Amino acid sequence: MAAALQTAAALMASSNLVVNSERFRFGSLLRSPAGRKGSVLVVKSDGRHSVSFNAGLRGGHLITNAVAAKSEASAKSTDSKPGHEVLLFEALREGLEEEMDRDPRVCIMGEDVGHYGGSYKVTKGLAEKYGDLRVLDTPIAENSFTGMGIGAAMMGLRPVVEGMNMGFLLLAFNQISNNCGMLHYTSGGQFTIPIVIRGPGGVGRQLGAEHSQRLESYFQSIPGLQMVACSTPYNAKGLMKAAIRSENPVVLFEHVLLYNLKERIPDEDYICCLEEAEMVRPGEQVTILTYSRMRYHVMQAAKTLVNKGYDPEVIDIRSLKPFDLYRIGNSVKKTHRVLIVEECMRTGGIGASLRAAIIDNFWDYLDAPVMCLSSQDVPTPYAGTLEDWTVVQPAQIVAAVEQLCQ
Amino acid sequence: MAVSRLASSSLSKLLLRPLSAPPFSRHFSAAASDDDWTVLTIETSIPFTGHRIDPPSRSVDTTRKELLSFFRDMARMRRMEISADSLYKAKLIRGFCHLYDGQEAVAIGMEAAITKRDSIITAYRDHCTFLGRGGTLVEVFSELMGRRSGCSKGKGGSMHFYKKEAGFYGGHGIVGAQVPLGCGLAFAQKYSKDETVTFALYGDGAANQGQLFEALNISALWDLPVILVCENNHYGMGTAEWRASKSPAYYKRGDYVPGLKVDGMDVLAVKQACKFAKEHVLKNGPIILEMDTYRYHGHSMSDPGSTYRTRDEISGVRQERDPIERVRKLILTYEMACASELKDIEKEIRKEVDEAIRQAKESPMPDPFELFTNVYVKGYGVEALGADRKEVKAFLP
Repeated sequence: MAAALQTAAALMASSNLVVNSERFRFGSLLRSPAGRKGSVLVVKSDGRHSVSFNAGLRGGHLITNAVAAKSEASAKSTDSKPGHEVLLFEALREGLEEEMDRDPRVCIMGEDVGHYGGSYKVTKGLAEKYGDLRVLDTPIAENSFTGMGIGAAMMGLRPVVEGMNMGFLLLAFNQISNNCGMLHYTSGGQFTIPIVIRGPGGVGRQLGAEHSQRLESYFQSIPGLQMVACSTPYNAKGLMKAAIRSENPVVLFEHVLLYNLKERIPDEDYICCLEEAEMVRPGEQVTILTYSRMRYHVMQAAKTLVNKGYDPEVIDIRSLKPFDLYRIGNSVKKTHRVLIVEECMRTGGIGASLRAAIIDNFWDYLDAPVMCLSSQDVPTPYAGTLEDWTVVQPAQIVAAVEQLCQ
Repeated sequence: MAVSRLASSSLSKLLLRPLSAPPFSRHFSAAASDDDWTVLTIETSIPFTGHRIDPPSRSVDTTRKELLSFFRDMARMRRMEISADSLYKAKLIRGFCHLYDGQEAVAIGMEAAITKRDSIITAYRDHCTFLGRGGTLVEVFSELMGRRSGCSKGKGGSMHFYKKEAGFYGGHGIVGAQVPLGCGLAFAQKYSKDETVTFALYGDGAANQGQLFEALNISALWDLPVILVCENNHYGMGTAEWRASKSPAYYKRGDYVPGLKVDGMDVLAVKQACKFAKEHVLKNGPIILEMDTYRYHGHSMSDPGSTYRTRDEISGVRQERDPIERVRKLILTYEMACASELKDIEKEIRKEVDEAIRQAKESPMPDPFELFTNVYVKGYGVEALGADRKEVKAFLP
């Protein structure tokens, strides 16, 4: 199906992405190339676009990372705006459901994902629809059911393993590190492990130290693993679908506090590229790199900063392994100042690796030291005030930007 | 001190348990034993012991062709392991090298009972299991020496042999981690309604791993077609089984899961048990097989193997229970081949193994760029090009 784009106005209305209108130049592309079979317009979030042909497309058209608008023929929405509103956990569920419909090899394993519907309702209703063989309630045995998911993946299934809380996956660390990450390499390419390991992590509301862990810092050195972190319903659904379709093992980090975010997402089938970062707010003065829940603290700080006259560029890195150094690098080359805001701890977190990567690759473009705001190196305390002091707050972000831009 | 010496000598006595009765019964269905396909019924040396299950019969059907193939394959495995020993001492094989000689009957007997569509997964003592699944000697020696023509392109090593087409899933270094993987394979087989089974092998040392019991619980809950095979060679590296396990009856450890204890040095017993197990799990869910076997070498090439057991014990087992000698005796007693023919087979095998080593030695080391291949699969769309990527591409399917 040809995806014809309408005016830029329709595009702007369909998502909460803030984009510069001059970046979109669609005049020459309004008439899409011939071929009902599958020419697709690919629009990247920074405005680059390309048209490609697609022979043998399976079912529906596929738009990667596109702010999609519907063609005239299918404008059936009763709302004036295209798409539908969902909460983030519903978006994840939609992604799961669409992939399970599309590919019979996708199955879900985890504690309380089936009859209970998922501890965060991500898998609610799926067990009734797909049955006990595809949505499997496991006993509390992370080490073994993660191993079983990996074994099933070796044989060609595409399991989605849920850790009820990412912290519990520490018990499965051996399976994730040695078997999941390394089997493709040690078998000389014979086995692929198309598994998705997902679950909520991060600091919640006074959940205590053991339930507030940030596992991205522990998993980041495992070779062969891909890690992504979702932050909005749009990218949650897109990343979930891309992760399931990927042949690599992907760890999808969700955040406990973000499950009830509401957003309008497109009705069409879309995926988000696993290795891409997302431009949240373009700017000229300082690059702020962040992911997951800290994106919202950064955006809150950005409001204050804009009022004070600063112009921060905010990028949600999304891909924690590998880093999208292309987008990050372009930003650094433009602004020459970098602030990393993350929820990991200072020692050995994602920010530490990102800082090293930026210094290695973009040293010549930096006008100021790369600053990294991370959580304190302490177990997350229970008391509310102490917990607030553990993670980065918007006021600290504002202060850091002011210091960087002196 | 006295207690431990007493215990270890009683262990030795246990291992040297002589054959109480002649290893065969004189029931032939045909007078001449020249015919390759004539079915003979032979009794196993000792009966099976069952836990929550009726053990299969001691009488095993076999043919001359099968027995000769057992002899040839086991002799090939034995020769391969001994050559690997010399290659290791010559520093052509480095790192860890865990040898399987003494335990060949388990690999061969299992192969005789199943098809290549069934899956086998084992731990690091995998050279012979790989060979049994259809691997070639050249692949084995090349992988051990880290060469390009190895089964894992030289990137896996001794503990990472895999053969996907033949249903051999490795080759795993971490003790016990292969058991959940094996249960996962069985889950996939059940999901795809294949009517095939998975054999997940582990050792007496790994039998104390928690993940094993976790996986067993899930397999029993979901009725997965997995057979857990404990290759009990009585030593977990340097620790004898009575010092590591409160209950060394590994076939009973499953509690609610039925178990069978098998003489792992008798290839016909192993074959019978595996056939029985396959039929059982396709209907009833998991089963545990304990193979009572023995390894002549130490745990690995860095372990002399004599600090925790006596040389008398090792040579005793070699005399009384060696699997190859047992098959040789069977063949000679039934006059299926004469001694010189068997000697010729062994000579051929020696030549085969030497030729494979020569070929493997000539194979080159992997190319430097192979360092970065197979870390990720070039999957949906984007290529992961590393930290200095210059471009992000998205290819649609």
